[in-house]
Amino acid sequence: MSAAAPGTSKAAHSDVAPKKKKGPGALATAYLVIYNVVMTAGWLVIAVGLVRAYLARGSYHGLYYSIEKPLKFFQTGAILEILHCAVGIVPSSVVLTGFQVMSRVFLTWAVTHSVREVQSEDSVLLFVTAWTVTEIIRYSFYTFSLLNHLPYLIKWARYTFFIVLYPMGVTGELLTIYAALPYVQKTGLYSVTLPNKYNFSFDYYTFLILIMISYIPLFPQLYFHMIRQRKKVLGHVEDYSKVE
Amino acid sequence: VKTHCRIYGCVEILDAKTKDKLCFLDKVEPNATIGEIKSMFHKSHPQWYPARQSIRLDPKGKSLKDEDVLQHLPVGTTATFYFRDLGAQISWVTVFLTEYTGPLVIYLMFYFRVPFIYAPKYDFTTSKHWVVHLACMCHSFHYVKRLLETLFVHRFSHGTMPLRNIFKNCTYYWGFAAWMAYYINHPLYTPPIYGEQQIRLALIIFLFCQIGNFSIHIALRNLRPPGSKTRKIPYPTKNPFTWIFLLVSCPNYTYEVLGSWLGFTVMTQCLPVAFFTLVGFIQMTVWAKGKHRSYLKEFRDYPPLRSPILPFIL
Repeated sequence: MSAAAPGTSKAAHSDVAPKKKKGPGALATAYLVIYNVVMTAGWLVIAVGLVRAYLARGSYHGLYYSIEKPLKFFQTGAILEILHCAVGIVPSSVVLTGFQVMSRVFLTWAVTHSVREVQSEDSVLLFVTAWTVTEIIRYSFYTFSLLNHLPYLIKWARYTFFIVLYPMGVTGELLTIYAALPYVQKTGLYSVTLPNKYNFSFDYYTFLILIMISYIPLFPQLYFHMIRQRKKVLGHVEDYSKVE
Repeated sequence: VKTHCRIYGCVEILDAKTKDKLCFLDKVEPNATIGEIKSMFHKSHPQWYPARQSIRLDPKGKSLKDEDVLQHLPVGTTATFYFRDLGAQISWVTVFLTEYTGPLVIYLMFYFRVPFIYAPKYDFTTSKHWVVHLACMCHSFHYVKRLLETLFVHRFSHGTMPLRNIFKNCTYYWGFAAWMAYYINHPLYTPPIYGEQQIRLALIIFLFCQIGNFSIHIALRNLRPPGSKTRKIPYPTKNPFTWIFLLVSCPNYTYEVLGSWLGFTVMTQCLPVAFFTLVGFIQMTVWAKGKHRSYLKEFRDYPPLRSPILPFIL
């Protein structure tokens, strides 16, 4: 769902930043630059890993295993971004950022990692590719913005690539969850049944189905929000110079 | 027009966003209140009843109060006000009654095992555990108390809130009530580990805090004469349950969380109830901190020993 969420919340961040730079202090800025550079590098590693593995094997099948560790590391590392909002060095909504990051982390750990049988599915490659391209653009966008030298190309890429990447990522994510369903039902993964002393129950299979259904109202909202942001940000091409 | 306005007082109302002139009122008494001006504005724009009008001196400023008097405001011979539509409004009483009746009815539906909730063989049966009957009485008592307090005790300073709140609030209360009731009244319900001792202790805590919470509501009501919206610092009264005012700004929330819901959690030993208690605690802490801050801002002599919700801690 956040395959190409390059800025559902960050859009607010990037659009406010040029207008009202009250932003983080010097130390925080230095930290954020380092953070965003490291993340850009990390997703580049994943991108390179995917390409190399494809060239070595000659097929799209099972590429997940070649980038499993860096994917888990860097996607989970994004949880720091929630902290950045909470502390205030990034002017985005904690709730929105939290939601986006946790949905990615959920797909990485609670679906792909937890259900081994889906790891060889092509749908995994679909969303991993979407995420990788998106994140490389997104983190370099932030890096350059923080350094006050944002090449128009990066800005354009960030607000254009999502048009394809977002649906691509969502498709990959949904297909992966769908593929996981039978295994979850069969093994009762992460499920709790009655009776038990906490008088609580949880059916992970039903939960996954509800997650899939939630994409229906959420995806269009996020997608069209990005489209509106695109008009606002790129629409002023005639007014401002191409390199900020 | 200028001389007329100097003698009789005029008011013009502009849209806060577009600055369009929406209304011009001549012959406004200098001692007219904002509330009266809102009624006059309502006549020329019937779709904006007074409760949904926000009138301010500055387009981005704070709303003026209904009690504010025209001549005491920093305006010239023609007062310029900015209007913002607050959206459809609904009265607090209506919201409270709706959001509290839901849990009462819903819980009972689960208690009586109405069809389509549990397996058909359990329809209209009752639980064999007496704690389940006790829990139903406590839960029902709690919401009946809330309904009666809404009708007879509380004195609201705001008449209305935005309409969308009723959907948000009812989803919260009704949803959680259904979730909790499902497990407590389930045929496979497991009673508390420490049995009667645990249940008895929980019941005592629950009742103690119901009385405490009620005492606070009465004390707060007595601070405010009927029909008024005055705000005063609450102090302990002769009722020992109010002595907690020495340490806490919003003891009604303290009693609600620490007592009623924590007690209910221990009584039922049900994780969903614990979740509900936790979420309620977080929300009430937010409210208590806000209230505490307003008290501090409004009253110079506010007792420094008090914390918002938990003595010395929070």
